[in-house]
Amino acid sequence: MENITFTLTKKIVTICIIMVSIGLLALVYGLIAGLGGERISANILLNNYYFLGMGLIGLFFVAVHAIAESGWQVSVQRIGEAMSTFIPIAGILMLLFFVFGGLHSIYDWTHPEHIDEILAKKAPYLNEPFFYIRLIIYFAIWSLLSFYIRKTSRELDNQKDIRYFHKLRKLSAIFIVTYAITSVTSAWDWLMSLDAHWFSTLYGWYIFMSMLASGVSMIIIILYLLKRMGYMTHVNNEHIHDLGKYLFGFSLFWAYLWFSQYMLIWYANIPEETIYFSERLDHFKPIFMANIIVNLAIPLLLLMTRDAKRAFWMLIPVAITVFIGHWIDLYQIIMPGAVGGEKAGIGFLEIGLTIGYLGLFFLVVFYSLSKSPLVPKNHPFYNESQDYHTNY
Amino acid sequence: MNKYITAYYLDEGKLLKGVKQIKSKGVKIKDVLSPFPVHGLDKALGLRRSRLARVAFAGGAIGAIAGFGFQTWVFTSAYPINFGGKPYFSAPSFIPVTFETTVLFSAFSMVFAFLIASKLLPGENPVILDERVTDDHFLVVIELDEESTEESIKEIEKALKEAGAEGIIIKA
Repeated sequence: MENITFTLTKKIVTICIIMVSIGLLALVYGLIAGLGGERISANILLNNYYFLGMGLIGLFFVAVHAIAESGWQVSVQRIGEAMSTFIPIAGILMLLFFVFGGLHSIYDWTHPEHIDEILAKKAPYLNEPFFYIRLIIYFAIWSLLSFYIRKTSRELDNQKDIRYFHKLRKLSAIFIVTYAITSVTSAWDWLMSLDAHWFSTLYGWYIFMSMLASGVSMIIIILYLLKRMGYMTHVNNEHIHDLGKYLFGFSLFWAYLWFSQYMLIWYANIPEETIYFSERLDHFKPIFMANIIVNLAIPLLLLMTRDAKRAFWMLIPVAITVFIGHWIDLYQIIMPGAVGGEKAGIGFLEIGLTIGYLGLFFLVVFYSLSKSPLVPKNHPFYNESQDYHTNY
Repeated sequence: MNKYITAYYLDEGKLLKGVKQIKSKGVKIKDVLSPFPVHGLDKALGLRRSRLARVAFAGGAIGAIAGFGFQTWVFTSAYPINFGGKPYFSAPSFIPVTFETTVLFSAFSMVFAFLIASKLLPGENPVILDERVTDDHFLVVIELDEESTEESIKEIEKALKEAGAEGIIIKA
């Protein structure tokens, strides 16, 4: 008999709370050691954005498969739904962070004395009231849709009514369309405006792909943890194979977009654009290089064969590498603009805060997983997902 | 293949069950022809994994090396041109072409490997066992050899019938 309800044990809660306390400790350490407001702010932004991305990708995963009416993902759908519960929490933290000093400490365009001709022209978009309005709109849309998608999915399981299946598809379509826009504009708001003078039209997709690759790695990691605890026995090698394909494919597509942005700027060689990369190559060269190796070379070479995508002993190390890799990616996106080469670094503050956020994220996800059965047995595609078979 | 028995199914679920049943009787199935891929059939037939992926990798690797090498040769020694003051050997600008040659070589190597492996190259005479497999029939093919006697053929026929196959044709 399969264990279909996940119970939140004391052990999990304790581990998560210890992780969160490490995060708080790191924050206190940052304040005491005088690492500077900029560095602390940039780290909070980094982690908040990174784990918000995990939540959004959880929802995206559910939504995109609901639209495509695919069958196999039904077996892992609950993980995506549980991840999406982190969105409102990340939203509250983000709002608190910006209101209590985060905005002024790292965003140049919020200081009237730094406004020059270029920033003045961008002011109709980049101004504080509109920034907050957008932030609230984003989180309102994302949180509401994630709530309704989760609710509909649960109703579908309880009521066995096909109407909820159609409703789920409609909600998912709304989410995909709004997310296509908001993912790009939110990346401009929170990340690209750190280098307010610089711009790139490819930026939104690039950030989204980074999110997608790391989000899929997180789904794989959570699936592994659940399997280790004796749940999710209905997930077989075929499903793991498909998740592995996602990790492989999205890592490659991330690299494709990274290179597209890099090569165009490198080739055109216009100073206002190249400043972005010259800053990273001058002050953050090891991180900049590690970013490409970890996020492209490792998934490409290690996940190329079919057997590697089907086996946890290979998939999990790669998933953890990609998880760390996209954190590094976000680090080299945020730090040069927010902190600068002299003051930035990787120490207890960075690592501890990430562990803290990871603990909070896991706490929310596992709590949410315990609220509904892990297996959507009444989903119309449940049997299809069980019969699922991938050839190659 | 001169001597063979064919039988068809109209439903992939019955086919899958039938194939398992025929195999359990000790009858060797040469091939199953189907209008679309049937999930689980490869496992039921006990087919080996396709080696096409290795061909694709080899082709892609050759394509990547050839594309990058050719550009390096052209732009550094054969016909060096100065583009906007960039060095003659500018690896980033070689990447798009290298990417394309990788895809091209691996795709072509796969297509030709497939054509050779399934004997579909121009000039070959493909055997059409039953034209209806291109539409909606699932055909089970069993090969006969010199040693198969009338008795063994009868046994195979019986096994096929028990497994729910229709339209049994014997060419012996």
